[in-house]
Amino acid sequence: MTAYVIRRLMQSVVVVLIMSVIVFFGVNVVGDPVDMLINPEADQEDIEAAIRALGLDKPIGEQYLFFLKNAITGNLGKSFIFGEPALQLIIQRMPATLELAITALLMAIFLGIPLGLYAGLKPDSPASRTIMAGSILGFSLPTFWVGLMMIMVFAVMLGWLPSTGRGETATFLGITSSLFTLNGLQHIFMPALNLALLKISLVIRLTRAGTREAIHQDYIKFARAKGLSPHRVIMVHLLKNILIPVVTVIGLEFGSLVAFSVVTETIFAWPGMGKLLIDSIQQLDRPVIVAYLIIIVLLFVTLNLIVDILYSILDPRVRLGEREA
Amino acid sequence: MTTVEQTELDLVEDEHERILAQTPFQRFKADFLESKIATVALVTLVAIVLVAIFAPLIAPQNPYDLAQVSVLDARLPPGTKSEFGYTFLLGTDGAGRDLFSAILYGLRISLSVGVMSGFIALVIGSAIGLIAAYAGGRVDSVIMRVVDIQLSFPAILIALMLLAVFGKGVDKIMIALVTVQWAYYARTVRGTALVERSKEYVEAGVCLGLSRNRILFRHILPNCLAPLIVVGTVQTAHAIALEATLSFLGVGLPQTEPSLGLLISNGFEYMLSGRYWISFFPGIALLLTIVSINLVGDQLRDVLNPRLER
Repeated sequence: MTAYVIRRLMQSVVVVLIMSVIVFFGVNVVGDPVDMLINPEADQEDIEAAIRALGLDKPIGEQYLFFLKNAITGNLGKSFIFGEPALQLIIQRMPATLELAITALLMAIFLGIPLGLYAGLKPDSPASRTIMAGSILGFSLPTFWVGLMMIMVFAVMLGWLPSTGRGETATFLGITSSLFTLNGLQHIFMPALNLALLKISLVIRLTRAGTREAIHQDYIKFARAKGLSPHRVIMVHLLKNILIPVVTVIGLEFGSLVAFSVVTETIFAWPGMGKLLIDSIQQLDRPVIVAYLIIIVLLFVTLNLIVDILYSILDPRVRLGEREA
Repeated sequence: MTTVEQTELDLVEDEHERILAQTPFQRFKADFLESKIATVALVTLVAIVLVAIFAPLIAPQNPYDLAQVSVLDARLPPGTKSEFGYTFLLGTDGAGRDLFSAILYGLRISLSVGVMSGFIALVIGSAIGLIAAYAGGRVDSVIMRVVDIQLSFPAILIALMLLAVFGKGVDKIMIALVTVQWAYYARTVRGTALVERSKEYVEAGVCLGLSRNRILFRHILPNCLAPLIVVGTVQTAHAIALEATLSFLGVGLPQTEPSLGLLISNGFEYMLSGRYWISFFPGIALLLTIVSINLVGDQLRDVLNPRLER
């Protein structure tokens, strides 16, 4: 186990290093780092000071080490637009993104599992067919377009929900979130649902497939024969067994929710990291772009690492398979 | 044996002979057309492709010829008569272009970017997958590790990272789409090629002294085609959707190449004032394209899968 974790950790470090080389290469070799990292409106003296501060007057190998050192110490330059350290800007925006992703994840679980269970238990009912048709649409519809249509219907035509921003936030147990105010909940509903749609479809399909398979297993037949109520058979015996793969997949998908939030945040003007990235790309605020890339790579590598380690604890075949290979 | 059973048996045998008499392509066609939904999807897809190819002949105006567009026509609702004698079937966009024409031209760009990047990724990915399968050992494990690591990042994230560093443009979005897709092809080809490599016909080829390249490209690769086609259709749909998303975000294609995603993006600002059609109809075109490719891909997977052969 320890050997597996260490090997997996090493691999993560290698991935981070490779990514840092790619980002460094993109910024310093493909582009001109002076344009990229230094505000074009600065005067000559400031530019020269910045070149020295970023180590751009040194040979390329040394520059890379300098870049690494700056990245580790969190010195990634100041945003041209906001005048604040780029890293700090990203970290300020992170809670809004995580809040959106977590709400979407919860929606996927609490809408997807019951719907999938129903479709699996009564595969031929009209409602199940509707659910399955909906899940196919959920897979095929481009997320951003669905978001636009949601705004059109619920915000413009019906006027039920606000279409932009995060709304009021409140602090509870040290966490500031819009989940704690009614206004905030109204604001988060549409973007979170939009982000969740794809995952809801996925969870519906997984749960349905699992239910259809498990329903014919002996332990279900036995539980029925024992005279347990159908409710107990489904909620305890069936659900427990189908939840393992569903939960694993949901865990793996959290990262993709964070990635896709770039799209949702842009549509609903949600003040998270993703919107900051798109704004920065449009305004050529490059220190923020570089900082975002570094943070997101770290976030993903960490997430993948956690999921892999958890997975190897749950399923010993993974780490045993590694040893043989 | 009773006569009834006799006739039934004959029928089964007739059916069997009929199937044997078919060429593989005829059998494939018959299997494919068995599903009504897939047939409808295929017809829709063919229609979309034809409409995109012949857009200049079908479209009532060339939306990018300034002589044919008047800004005074901007944001007219669907069904308005134009001064040139035709009707704006789907209304006009913010610059006074006929939306129907703009969608036809947009389809061309969306389809060609999706298909071309898919094809390049297919060529690169299959070559790498074949090398991994044939070389084995260290080469194989390094390539597959790279594939695994890449696939652990969502496609949109990789594309965003590349475009954030390189900027936007047709060539850049092609690079991004190819980078995102090659790994799927590599994995598919490697998996199939590993199975094929251990079969007798490859052994026979080796014994005959055929060159390695000949065995790889003339013998193994053709046998990997079925899964490649299936992955190819699904990936093309993904590529079209991804390009639309990136263009919508403003990091994909430039305004000079108005794909469906850009049309939707341009309509976004008018949506809040209730002018829904500028974003709505390009989205429907995108949706039809993606759904029909996916349905065709699903059916191809069922038909080409030997395990499901009836």
